[in-house]
Order: sequence, then structure tokens, then C-alpha cells
Amino acid sequence: MTTEISTLRRREFLGGVRAVLPILLGVAPFGMIYGALARDAGLGPVEAQAMSSIVFAGSAQFLIAGLIKINAPAFIIVASVVVINLRHALYSASMAPRLSGLRWPVKVLIAYLLTDEAYATVIPRYRERADPVGPDLRHWHFLGVGLSLWLCWQATTALGVFLGAAIPAAWQLDFTLPLTFIAIVVPGIRNRPALAAAVVAGVVSILAFGLEFKLGLIVAAIAGIVAGGLAERVLARE
Amino acid sequence: MDLNQLLLFALAGLATFLIRLSFIALLGRMAVPVWVRRILPYVPTAALTAIIVPELLMRGDVVFLSLSNTRLIAGLLACGVAWRTKNAFLTIGAGMVALWVLTAVVGT
Repeated sequence: MTTEISTLRRREFLGGVRAVLPILLGVAPFGMIYGALARDAGLGPVEAQAMSSIVFAGSAQFLIAGLIKINAPAFIIVASVVVINLRHALYSASMAPRLSGLRWPVKVLIAYLLTDEAYATVIPRYRERADPVGPDLRHWHFLGVGLSLWLCWQATTALGVFLGAAIPAAWQLDFTLPLTFIAIVVPGIRNRPALAAAVVAGVVSILAFGLEFKLGLIVAAIAGIVAGGLAERVLARE
Repeated sequence: MDLNQLLLFALAGLATFLIRLSFIALLGRMAVPVWVRRILPYVPTAALTAIIVPELLMRGDVVFLSLSNTRLIAGLLACGVAWRTKNAFLTIGAGMVALWVLTAVVGT
């Protein structure tokens, strides 16, 4: 029985690694760009790498490096990180009921690994049924996804720090960030409420672009979420 | 080693971690309301679209709605590929190749 469970765990874990492989194609250049950009902003190699390990949040790390470059005060930097990462609270709410039976160390590890890419990659697995016979081991799927992303991010940060200015700006590798998110979002728009959420979030993100401290991002996300929920209610009534 | 910077990263990292832990830690002590559960499927769609659209449409602080906006055209093409194939490799690959070709044709 114990060997059976460890086989199932390994299957879930490797399933997670497989599911996230295409996403790593987008994350890898983004990690390299971060490493190079952090050096350019004046961070030492150790500091640039430390940020990737400690903060582990791509877009926030770009923001921190940019703010360090212009000598922004520390409290502004931390406040900006909170604002730009607030969307992760929504992922946390979505994952919470699915993790309620797990031990604390596992919950803490999953929370540390809960990035946009990890959340979006594991959700399809959580929409499927758990194995009806054995225990629910889908958190191993999450760990396969999350640890792959973490390793990829650390390795490509190191590469970017090492290569630094040798990466030609003409390659425009920073474009891999929106492309990765497109690869995550677009296939998930399968009904009219989801389309409403995307359209409203997109329009508001442009209207609210000028707001201080990147607050437009949060405003647009909330507007899109509300639009999705309302559209679902209206359509259910018809 | 810049200790001030490491302290800053520790604070930013702790804040990020606590945000990600928030509901995971609260659950059990606090039920997630029905309306929250209803809107959750739209969270990643809305949050990520709010990051994507300005990346494609804004150039600096102004909207750049033009056929010579290489990122907009390459991004729309990537959306089409993602819609048809549901394949992340193809989406990211097609988007980058399109951006390079368009940049070569149009200039930056």
C-alpha cells in the first residue's frame, strides 16, 4: 500500500512537471531579462539572485529593480509590491478550500510557490476529479508545477545576471511576459462571462493606466472579475 | 553584500508570501462566501488580461493604436494561435517570431 501511494504521488508530481513545461518556455527568457535588468539597475549579482529566491514574483521583481534604480524610498517600494501582488490573494482564496485538509508545512510551501503561472497551470487539474479510489494527492501536482517554476526562475536569473548586457535589447525578450500570460488566459475563455471579464479588465486597464503606483492593474482586475460574476448571473436568469 | 537591500527584499518577500497565504491560512476559521466562490473562476482571466493589454497597447504613457504597433499585432496573432491550438509552446514561439519579423519590416 505504501509503495502504491508513493507511485501515485510520483505520478501526480511528474504530471505537474509535464503540465508546466510549455509555460517554462515563456518564464525562462523573462528570468534572464530580470537578471540582466537587475544588474543594470545597480544590484550586485548576489542581491539580484537573492531577490529571485526571497520575493519569487516576476513582475514585482521588475518593479523593485526599477524603483531601486531611481532611489525610491523603501516604504514606497514595499507598498508597490503589495499593490502589484494583491491579485495573489484571489488565487489564495481559490486554492484555500482545495488545501484545507493538508498539513501546515505543505500549505506554507504552496503559498510561497503560488505565482500566476503556478495557479493557472494547476487549476485544470483541480477541475478534474481526484482519483476516486485513493486519497486526494493533487497537491503533489501543485508541487511538481511550483518547484519546476522555482528552479527555472532561479537558474534563468543566474544566467541573466551572468550574461548581463550581452543579451541584445533587439531580441525584445521582455515580450515573453505578455505572451506567457496570453498562452494562459486565451484558451481559458470558454464562455460569455469569461469573455466579459477579459474585455472589461482590458478596457479598464487602459482607462486606469495613469493611476499612481500601478493601482490601475488592481482596479482593472476587480472590474473584470465583477463583470464576469454579473454576466454569469444575468445569463443564468435568461 | 548590501544588507539594506536584503532587508528590503525580506520585507517585500514577506508581504508577498502573506498575501499568498492569506485565505489558505484563514480557511477553517472563516467560510468563503458564496459570491466569492462564484467570481473566483474569473480572477486569473481578469488579472492577467489587465497586465497583457497595456503591454500590447501602451507605448510609454500613450495609447499606440496602429498597424505599425509591432507588439499589438504580434500579440493579437499570439491570441489567435492560443485560441486555435491551446498550445503554450506554439503561442509564445509564434508571438516572438511575429514580433521579430514585424520589427524587421516596420522598424521598432
